Amino acid sequence: MTKLADAIIVGGGIHGCSTALHLCLAGMKPVLIEKDYAGRHASGVNAGGVRQLARHVAEIPLSIRSMGIWERIEELVDDSCGFESHGQVLVAENDSEFDACRARVAELNALGFTHEELIDGPELRRLVPAVAESCPGGVVSRRDGAAEPARTTTAIRRKAEALGATVVEGVAATNIRKQDGLWRVDVGADSYAAPVLVNAAGAWAGRIAADLGEPVPVETVAPMLMITSRVPHFIDPVVILRGRKLSFKQFANGTVLIGGGHLATPDQDRNETVLDWRSLAISARTVFELFPVMRSATIVRAWAGIEARTRDELPVFGPSARHSGLYHQFGFSLHGFQLGPGAGAVMTELIASGGTQTRIGDLGIERFHSSPP
Amino acid sequence: MNTTPRRDSYDVVVIGAGPAGLAAAATAAEAGLSALLLDENAGPGGQVWRAIASTPVTERGHLGADYWAGTELVEAVRSSGAEIIQRATVWSLDRNLEIGISLGGASCFVKARRVILATGALERPFPIPGWTLPGVMTAGAAQTMLKSSGLVPDRPTVIAGQGPLLWLLAAQILRLGGRIDRILDTTERRNYLAALPHAFAFMTSPYFAKGLALMKQVRAKVPVVTGVSELAAVGDGQLATVTYLSAGRRETIPAELLLLHQGVVPNVNLAMATGIEHRWDDLQLCWSPVLDRDGNTSVEGIAIAGDGAGIGGAEAAIVRGRIAARAAVEALAPAAAARLAPMASFNAALVRAERGRIFLDTLFRPAPQFRIPSDDTIVCRCEEVSAKDILDAVAIGATGPNQLKAYRRTGMGPCQGRLCGLTVTELMAQARGKSPQEIGYYRLRAPVKPITLAELAAVPKTEADVNAVVRG
Amino acid sequence: MFKRSDQDSRPSVHIVVDGAAVAAREGDTVSAALLASGRDVRRATAVSGAPRLPYCMMGVCFDCLVTIDGVGNRQGCLVPVAEGMQIEIQKGKREIGR
Repeated sequence: MTKLADAIIVGGGIHGCSTALHLCLAGMKPVLIEKDYAGRHASGVNAGGVRQLARHVAEIPLSIRSMGIWERIEELVDDSCGFESHGQVLVAENDSEFDACRARVAELNALGFTHEELIDGPELRRLVPAVAESCPGGVVSRRDGAAEPARTTTAIRRKAEALGATVVEGVAATNIRKQDGLWRVDVGADSYAAPVLVNAAGAWAGRIAADLGEPVPVETVAPMLMITSRVPHFIDPVVILRGRKLSFKQFANGTVLIGGGHLATPDQDRNETVLDWRSLAISARTVFELFPVMRSATIVRAWAGIEARTRDELPVFGPSARHSGLYHQFGFSLHGFQLGPGAGAVMTELIASGGTQTRIGDLGIERFHSSPP
Repeated sequence: MNTTPRRDSYDVVVIGAGPAGLAAAATAAEAGLSALLLDENAGPGGQVWRAIASTPVTERGHLGADYWAGTELVEAVRSSGAEIIQRATVWSLDRNLEIGISLGGASCFVKARRVILATGALERPFPIPGWTLPGVMTAGAAQTMLKSSGLVPDRPTVIAGQGPLLWLLAAQILRLGGRIDRILDTTERRNYLAALPHAFAFMTSPYFAKGLALMKQVRAKVPVVTGVSELAAVGDGQLATVTYLSAGRRETIPAELLLLHQGVVPNVNLAMATGIEHRWDDLQLCWSPVLDRDGNTSVEGIAIAGDGAGIGGAEAAIVRGRIAARAAVEALAPAAAARLAPMASFNAALVRAERGRIFLDTLFRPAPQFRIPSDDTIVCRCEEVSAKDILDAVAIGATGPNQLKAYRRTGMGPCQGRLCGLTVTELMAQARGKSPQEIGYYRLRAPVKPITLAELAAVPKTEADVNAVVRG
Repeated sequence: MFKRSDQDSRPSVHIVVDGAAVAAREGDTVSAALLASGRDVRRATAVSGAPRLPYCMMGVCFDCLVTIDGVGNRQGCLVPVAEGMQIEIQKGKREIGR
């Protein structure tokens, strides 16, 4: 039997769930199809960074839009999502890195962005007392913070359902096609049809785009994270490094999350990853050098979430260049969590009114298809 | 000082030096394969033969013939050419058969062509009210102290639960002059009826006569209460009393030590973290790996033997260890396999060793009230999460153990679900009207035992560095 | 709570528990030595501060966590005692780095 909806969203990550929620707020009835369960992959197991800091200029407007939503997330989804706003700090480990920070902040200021602020050594140590003495300064984005990823994705999904979205979990969307002016998708024995299809399938979205004639240079990656046992509170902001791959965050419960983008080997078909302990050891060494107090903390678990990374490490976001009613929302390349709330809101504007005030022009899929097909 | 592995790769790496692991390592090494046996404890033997090479309990009758039977196998491994490393904690194993090992505070990696997991069993969680109080321990814990340090209870002590180990422990404590005030048998009366059809096989198994003799010894010295339900440990910061219901009456008994036991279940953490497929076992009420006849798992090159493959006891574990090792020899050195006993003889021995097991599993199937707690009873000891907390999370949308982590952090503490996983699965299955198989289990991750950041930071950088260090 | 068997003829090993001398026996694990000492060796959990003693003695429950020679969160049931070993009972949320 074919069920009709206002929109079909493929993928139950934070992006698909957020778009479902915002479509409901706009009075539409979407159906969201998730092959595993909402938040099973990268959206549920990422580092939870809510970060405007150190983003590519092309996605800053979307990030700023999203930040506004994060700051009232509890109002929106009836759950705090564990969101805490203690800022994010980028640490320069030497003078040349600090010079690069200075240039970056000047560039942003010239473009009219003021969320990043250059800080000197004393201010860095005020914000991050445990950091090694040798670091000359850095950049802070004071409104940034972190949230609990699985809790956030689940809360958004729950609110979308409460407002009328249908969430179908545990069965993959297959046979995606446009027929008689409607997008049609098979889900087990059922079929859904809608005028709008949103491709928010994360690591699996590249296949969908390719099948619909819009191939994108995208690869499946699995950034690794590890977490320590509970240790007494010693740091508030999220810390990232300018030069080396590291992100570092202590949760309110005392556990410390160590990430930074070292990759595991993903096995997409098994929903599995094989960790690379030698790369995790590099992260451990970086923390060892930067935060001597952490040396005897114990690592209790390491993991990796499966997601999509594009060639230019920017998301594919916006209407299809080829089909009407098709929208892409994927390829967030290890930094999509913070963008989730804003991307759902902007996507809804694109779907419901055909346009948005938020500048997203550089994120469209057409950038990969410069010559006409 | 710990020794480190002499090589960086082996034909066969066996993890766990209990009956299955000892048998597997001996068989593989005797066939000429390079074999490494890794074990977390100070000496070989696993749980059943714990401290067999060092126990202070020298009166042989006190620990019994089944205990000392392990001596022969330990000797066999020691003379087999297998490399044995004790106090080696395996914290990672992956599909590439790379093994992360912690040795005396430093980690290294070795590669294997075949891995045989012999990680054995652990005691089933026994989540009653007050089970986190100091003074409440597992029966296995008391037996460990008895075997390895000659320690026995000397203050008011209650043993509660069911199963063969409980009676063996009680007998051993009494032989060593320890104190037991009461035994509370929680076996459900209806289990006797359910087990009856399997009684003949059991009565002709070696367990039968031994079991009867033990129970007789114990009953002669300790009051035994049967049909016990609604068991609880009570105290303020320390166990003070044990309360229970029997024959419709609530009883309370002062106690400083309560030893709990309701059987053992496979220790699946390393296997699951490796990505090996497991299924819910409806008879033994636990997760067991999906295996072929030779013990091979869903991950190429990894086999499981012993109680980690499904509870079968020490005799069966030895045979399953030999089967897994023989299969490894067949794969890696077919000519050498011809010199080993034929697989058919092992399979026949396994049938004999497993005789009577269904009877025991049925008779000592733990009652729902002792597996699926309610209200404020702690389920997750590490994160201190109660049954009610979990049911509340289910009510607002947690659908399985992995989703539950996001609500309540169950299973995210250092024990990685070893003492709450089965309870969480069954509790959520009951609450959601699903089978345990449908509800599933925690996705487990390495390190399966915590390692310090400093230890990880000191891991050699490259393959070449690893070799340099390992060989150094 | 526990007493030693008369058969036990293992040599003594001296350890220090929160500054006090404790006699153990060669081959004891730290946890066994602590339980045999008769001292109050309850640790406090990092979550709520609840008191705990070892539960499983076989390396699975992590209720025996203890600081050994300055390194915290060690599984006392897996570590044999050694002469002069310094043991500290963990009380509540530990300081990092020790």
